[in-house]
Amino acid sequence: MKTDVAIIGGGVIGTFIARELSRYKLAILLIEKEADVAMGTSKGNSGIIHAGYNADHATLKGRLNVKSNFIFDNLCRNLKIPFKRIGSMVIGFNEEDLKKLKKLKENGIKNGVQKLDIITGNTLFELEPNLNPLAKYALFAPSAAVISPYELTIALADNAIINGVNIFLENEVKNVVCKDGQISGLLTSRGFIKTKFVINAAGLYADEIAEKIGDEFKIQPLKGEYQMFDKQWSTKVNHVLFPIPTHLSKGILVTPTLHGNLLIGPNSYWANDKNDTATTQKGMDEVYQGAKRLISELPTKDKIITSFTGLRANTLKKDFIIEASKQIKGFINVAGIQSPGLSAAPAIAEMVVSILCDMTKEVQPGLNISLQNNFIESLPEKQFLSTYIDRIGEWKKIIKKDMNYGEVICRCEKVTKAEILRAIRSPLPAKNMDAIKRRVRAGMGRCQGGFCGPKVLKILADELNASPLKITKKGKRSEILRSRIKEMIKE
Amino acid sequence: MNLNCDLAIIGAGPAGLSVALEARKNGIENILILERDRYLGGILPQCIHNGFGLHYFREELTGPEYADRFISQIMWNHIEVKTETMVIKITPEKEIIALNPKDGLLNIRPRAIALAMGCRERTREAIRIPGSRPAGIFSAGTAQRYINIEGYIPGRKIVILGSGDIGMIMARRFALEGAKVKMVLEIMPYTTGLIRNKVQCLDDFNIPLRFNYTIVRIEGEKRVEKVVISRVDKNLIAIPNTEEIILCDTILFSVGLIPENELSLEMGIQLSPVTGGAIVNENRETGIKGIFACGNVLHVHDLVDFVSEEGEIVGRAVSKYLNQKTKYRSHTINLVPSNPISYVIPQHIDYIDSERKKIKLFMRVQKPIEKANIIFQDEKRNTIISYTKKMLTPGEMISLYLPEKLIQKDIKILNISIKEVNQE
Amino acid sequence: MKARVKNIICIRCPRGCKVAIKSKNNKIQSITGNACPLGIEYAREEFIDPKRILPTTVKVINGELPLVPVKTEKGIPKDLLFEAMKEIAELEVKAPVKIGQVIIKNLIGTGVRLIATRNINRSN
Repeated sequence: MKTDVAIIGGGVIGTFIARELSRYKLAILLIEKEADVAMGTSKGNSGIIHAGYNADHATLKGRLNVKSNFIFDNLCRNLKIPFKRIGSMVIGFNEEDLKKLKKLKENGIKNGVQKLDIITGNTLFELEPNLNPLAKYALFAPSAAVISPYELTIALADNAIINGVNIFLENEVKNVVCKDGQISGLLTSRGFIKTKFVINAAGLYADEIAEKIGDEFKIQPLKGEYQMFDKQWSTKVNHVLFPIPTHLSKGILVTPTLHGNLLIGPNSYWANDKNDTATTQKGMDEVYQGAKRLISELPTKDKIITSFTGLRANTLKKDFIIEASKQIKGFINVAGIQSPGLSAAPAIAEMVVSILCDMTKEVQPGLNISLQNNFIESLPEKQFLSTYIDRIGEWKKIIKKDMNYGEVICRCEKVTKAEILRAIRSPLPAKNMDAIKRRVRAGMGRCQGGFCGPKVLKILADELNASPLKITKKGKRSEILRSRIKEMIKE
Repeated sequence: MNLNCDLAIIGAGPAGLSVALEARKNGIENILILERDRYLGGILPQCIHNGFGLHYFREELTGPEYADRFISQIMWNHIEVKTETMVIKITPEKEIIALNPKDGLLNIRPRAIALAMGCRERTREAIRIPGSRPAGIFSAGTAQRYINIEGYIPGRKIVILGSGDIGMIMARRFALEGAKVKMVLEIMPYTTGLIRNKVQCLDDFNIPLRFNYTIVRIEGEKRVEKVVISRVDKNLIAIPNTEEIILCDTILFSVGLIPENELSLEMGIQLSPVTGGAIVNENRETGIKGIFACGNVLHVHDLVDFVSEEGEIVGRAVSKYLNQKTKYRSHTINLVPSNPISYVIPQHIDYIDSERKKIKLFMRVQKPIEKANIIFQDEKRNTIISYTKKMLTPGEMISLYLPEKLIQKDIKILNISIKEVNQE
Repeated sequence: MKARVKNIICIRCPRGCKVAIKSKNNKIQSITGNACPLGIEYAREEFIDPKRILPTTVKVINGELPLVPVKTEKGIPKDLLFEAMKEIAELEVKAPVKIGQVIIKNLIGTGVRLIATRNINRSN
């Protein structure tokens, strides 16, 4: 197997880079060790496109966030994914807080953030009626937005594939093989891949990949827990609400999500290891209490429909590591992408492409990096029953084209069989239960797949021509079923 | 597809089927039942165990057999049922929008609606058990569907949280099919299920049942590997230093049922925070005239026999409603239960009915009581009637009759209280 | 020999009466606590030869569903349940299946019939 560029890591960064590179006449391969893209930090974060006032102007975080912010409207329109600019507020309770808000505003203006304003009094409560009555000030940033980070990652992957990128899932990089200070290729769990250019976007494992060629930085997983409330509670808040940030994180936020839920979190503490994605009693209590500081009448805990965590790829360097390796030519590190990594993804990808172009002269002078003619900017329009409820008459003609649009499988999220089949048949096929869940939301509702689970499993088995025993939740070793009936008793 | 009918019933489980048959018996011709699954019977077809029908049929039947008694009558009466049909919206003006692959988009305009959507199971996430999110976590009903309908065993080494009937029944089911059920945990100091089930589902199979225990952490990356359990105190808080690790690959959650009232909420029907179902009058009519509710969607039942009875109440009520034979009282009577009665259904009495001899009430207590008087009093605290009942538990719904002739004309409040009687 | 008391829960109906069986020399002396005659019958049986009704499923060939729920018409000896399950595991019945249909005439030699509890039509 041979490729021009190999990207390690199928998170939002890896897939964004893949898509940007696919504008060029290059053979691109993205390698991901899990059974789907967006299985790491990209599915466990707040889903916020930040306005960009937090990070210092002298950092990449500061510059790349603002640079990327305005790109999302068009990008999401093309990729056919939801995106909403609802604005954000950092809430202050006293004069001490006001000083910090002013500093944030100052830094934001330096970064180029537009329309930042400090609001107080009646305006504050008109914009956020359920805000803690003790709140006094807020830094209001209208350019902040909410997005679904895994929907974005999946759409980028689908679009990259349409534009010629190869994505290998369940494929782990074991070693980087080098010769004479350059890359010969990658040794993976599925064989050797010959390449001269490697982009290390391996998220939590980027340090372990970099170590293989002698680049030294350490990634420590910083865990954040989240809780999601049922759909009727998103009306509690109109914007993304933040507390005053600390040196460690932006704090426990409260936000409505794109699909109408209410999301709270994350806290921040060191995880035991890179696989430690467990929620904890202490963490759940901390997140709930933290959210209550912003919205005092938070819905009661029995209205929570799910909890999850995310691990931040924290490095001591306090900034993104986006640079060509000094050890080996042709190797680019894109590491330590914590907040505002999602927000800065477009500019990060652009920067990486630029670094790549600069290094080709030295590494592979014969490589012609020119734009391809057939780059397809958009993904085809997709129909979701859940978005047609208020114009349900129009769904008639969609059912006429395919009767599977008339069979509702997930009642809680109103997902039809056709949508599930579409996910299985997409450019990057969904091949397990969680992959389907992330693409069409079946199983994300209040019954958490209790009703639709067996039906989705059957559809997957039929469509993949596999035994139901082979269907997994999230890839190998997470099979849902153990044996056919009457077989276990014979054992 | 546009359809008109007299009565539309949402759900072909025992509640819906019962409404249909009783409505037809009372002269309602044009009935349409909308069912989301491929077959009729609701949850009954997967409840393959005995214990159904002792009151209603005076026979002990399995779930499928009980369902068949009604299904065969539905067929015989040529009552129309649309299966694989999901109702996605009902307006307060009673317009129903539904989908199925055969007919496409359905626009149904009934003159009356019976809500019989049943309930869903409480999930691990809703009770916020910390830990990882591996494969191998099921609600008891979903596991039951896999084993009894789809034909697959979803686990080898099982731990069950919740000693209600569903949890215990599934313990036996897994054990019989060759899996190892390691233990059943119950957070309360007693089981909410029938003692009979403890004997024939757990004791018979040497499956330990631990009271005052819960799961405090789930571990396992791809598939469940173990649970950490802990003893709890009387406030249900985990007692430190009582943790134990139990190796397993499957966790079943049998931690309660929640009436499925999404459609009701969207219509603007007022729900009771205690039952999770609609607030209704004696005809099980909701806040919207002509929209009725019965079965688990109204309040979680223990015996399907009472569900069928409740369906009959609605069937008769629909007939009265459609024939405009209902007569309002001058004042609504509010039924006000007090501790330790957690709820009474119906919550209010709206009609005068000369044909009616008694009103059927259902209620539940919050704690086990050996012997008590259930006392009905008017607002002046005059006792109207009192019943003596033994062995009251939260797990067994109480069914009572209120004789019509004892309900005075201008009464506005009916206080219902419990006085414990000490056994000598 | 001493008199012994065995306390059991009657499972004949959901009431679950607490029944006490007093015995001497392995012979039943008295049965108390039951609310109906079924309880006496059950207690006697439970003492001498405990029986259980077995509800389970049998695989179906060419049916609209892969399984038909079944049950034993009467109780079978409690300690034979797993043997019964093993015999049932080998079975396959052809659709259509009618409710009440006899699937096995004599389950593992107990003389008890295994009957279907649901109609399963042939698949299209």
